[in-house]
Amino acid sequence: MGDRALSRRGFLAASAAAGLGMTALSGCGGDSDGGSSDGTTTIEWWNISTTEPTKTVWAGLAKKFEAQNPKVKLKIVQLENDAYKSKMTALIASGKLPDVFHTWGGGVLKQQVDAGLVEDLSDSTKPWSDGMLSVAKQPYLIDKKLYGIPFDIGMVGFWYNKALFKQAGIDAPPTTWTGFLDAVKKLKSKGITPLALAGKESWTGMYYWAYLAMRTAGIDALEKANENKDFTGDGFVQAGQHLKDLVDLHPFQKGFLGAAYSAPNGQAATVGNGKAAMELMGQWAPVVEADAGKGLGSNLGFFPFPAVDGGEGAITEVFGGGGGHALRRGAPKEAVDFLKFFASETTDLQLVKKTNTLPVVPGAEKALADPNTKAVQAQLKGATGFQLYLDQAYAPAVGQEVNDSVAALIAGSKSPEQVAQSITKVAKEEQ
Amino acid sequence: MTSTFLPDKRRGPDIALPSPAATSARGRARRRLLNWLTAVGFQVPALVLFIGLVLLPMLFALYAAFFRWGGFGMPSDYIGGDNFTHLFQDPVFLGDLWRCLLLVVLSLALQLPFALAMAVALNQKMRGRAIYRMLFFAPYVLSEAITGVLFSMIFAPDDGLADHVLGAIGLDGLGGEWFADPSWVMASLFLVMTWKYFGFHMMLYLAGLQSIPAELTEAALIDGANPWQRFRNVILPLLAPTLRISVFLSVIGAIQLFDLVWVITQGGPDHHSETMAVTMFQYGFKRYQVGYASAISVVMFGICLVFALAYQRFVLRRDLEGATTTMRGDGK
Repeated sequence: MGDRALSRRGFLAASAAAGLGMTALSGCGGDSDGGSSDGTTTIEWWNISTTEPTKTVWAGLAKKFEAQNPKVKLKIVQLENDAYKSKMTALIASGKLPDVFHTWGGGVLKQQVDAGLVEDLSDSTKPWSDGMLSVAKQPYLIDKKLYGIPFDIGMVGFWYNKALFKQAGIDAPPTTWTGFLDAVKKLKSKGITPLALAGKESWTGMYYWAYLAMRTAGIDALEKANENKDFTGDGFVQAGQHLKDLVDLHPFQKGFLGAAYSAPNGQAATVGNGKAAMELMGQWAPVVEADAGKGLGSNLGFFPFPAVDGGEGAITEVFGGGGGHALRRGAPKEAVDFLKFFASETTDLQLVKKTNTLPVVPGAEKALADPNTKAVQAQLKGATGFQLYLDQAYAPAVGQEVNDSVAALIAGSKSPEQVAQSITKVAKEEQ
Repeated sequence: MTSTFLPDKRRGPDIALPSPAATSARGRARRRLLNWLTAVGFQVPALVLFIGLVLLPMLFALYAAFFRWGGFGMPSDYIGGDNFTHLFQDPVFLGDLWRCLLLVVLSLALQLPFALAMAVALNQKMRGRAIYRMLFFAPYVLSEAITGVLFSMIFAPDDGLADHVLGAIGLDGLGGEWFADPSWVMASLFLVMTWKYFGFHMMLYLAGLQSIPAELTEAALIDGANPWQRFRNVILPLLAPTLRISVFLSVIGAIQLFDLVWVITQGGPDHHSETMAVTMFQYGFKRYQVGYASAISVVMFGICLVFALAYQRFVLRRDLEGATTTMRGDGK
């Protein structure tokens, strides 16, 4: 009996030791600076490119970089989007980030910068990052310092069915909100559903409110409201009112409140199958429309979100986001070389051609073939202002409340004033 | 903790052993101790898992419910009962409670009687009985996620099977927005729940019905009882223990409903189909307000606990004395 007890204790001790050992080992992995006795440097590169073709293309690029820099080894860690986010939050708590890691910029990157975990790239990358598309760098600029290098950038705008517009007698895409509402009325009078919306996924409705707030209150007001935790300014209430004007026209497809985004009968498929004339969506819209529905081919067009008469914002200000890489503070200087390699024209040409991203280096624009992507690119290039997706720019609770209360406005249960008040309330509760 | 105390206790009898004046009384005591230790020994693995994976997280959730906490690091911003005060002023959560009550009432008033009727019908001798039983039970075996996706497609406005079928038999007017209409979403959802779960309750009732001796209904028949009287006065009282268990499972299920709702509507449109569990998920995993989400889980747990205890105390206990003694009385 005593023996059994002992062996049990022995087992426990052994497993405890094993657990400790594993922690110690993983700790070592995180600690190493990547330097080794034979003079090679290992750089850990965390990204979220787990899908094809990107996965293969990126692995090929890593090999190419290693061939060009024989003394550098790249260790690639790929995590799926949500897994990456939760893993990163744990790493931030521990204070140790990978050498090179994926970032969307905005509020999350700012948290990491404030914690002193991210390398300031303003000087070390200046010679070559100055030439990159300025709007693409916007999400990674914090207090006028650059903390990330983009590899993709995109924006939200209206994707429309040219044939249906013609049928309703709309000659050119509207450039003002009044013109837009008129177009909606014209489409309705011809029995065409003007807009598709995924009411079940509240972020799709948020795009309308965010753009309208940019147009009425202006981009600076969006940033200030977040800082001062006050969204009750006139511009925000007006934005809600403009959205309500649209909702009151009943422009959305039947049953939109229960519709998903990419499901076979969701928002993208409704437009892709020609059952609604427009949707407000990011640069990925054509791909999803063709995937969930039939796709519109050359009938698909793109126009920027219209300006609002008398508002602070201009039609050239864009709402969107992209992807980039940041370095941990104190990362080996070879990591900067890697960023330079990844942002070179040769690399970007490959990314644009093979992985369906938008160019971040002007020289890579020649790889664009699709007219709609070109239109998006032109809009981005000429952008006079940039607002990151609100759920990335703001704290999660505030971002979700924006989505949630705008959804309530669209469903008719909240007034524009109540939307502004509920967002303010949540922003104030958040410490 | 439990594993370290175990070997020490085991040494107990070894120390007691040296006194040779061991009588049969002492031997019995020792045997009882050994039995007890064996029982504990077998329970330790399960207990460790239960304490580590169920009890401690529950206690931690109770602790976290008194903090404003984002889920990372340890909770530090103590706010007393604020989360709970907030909770009971939140129209969404109050709506959750109301919808929970609605589902409980609908389940008890419609779903279970329907299951009972099916069980009684399928207890008759008829051709293809086994096939019907299997068909009605099949939805219960299906996963909630698959059921959800399936019915999202069936009830898709215009395109869905439901609207096509209604259209084909000239009832287009009945086709509607189903899950997309705030005033119909709960009804549509309840329809799916009934489809999914009535088979399970039907199976319970069938098992109960088959354990009722045929002699009793025969005797009632000879006494001149009509079918309704036979059902009401013979079958139903004997089925009561099964009914009570089924009611219990149904109510607990309604309180904790999550997966079906999450897949079909995510609680929408505009919170009209949100349940407590969905609200908890939204706050915990979308907004990272884990303290507040913990408060919701604590309230949910409290409701379940109070119901379960009260039900066992007042309803289930009667079973043991009620149904069984009546049976014995009949036997005499």
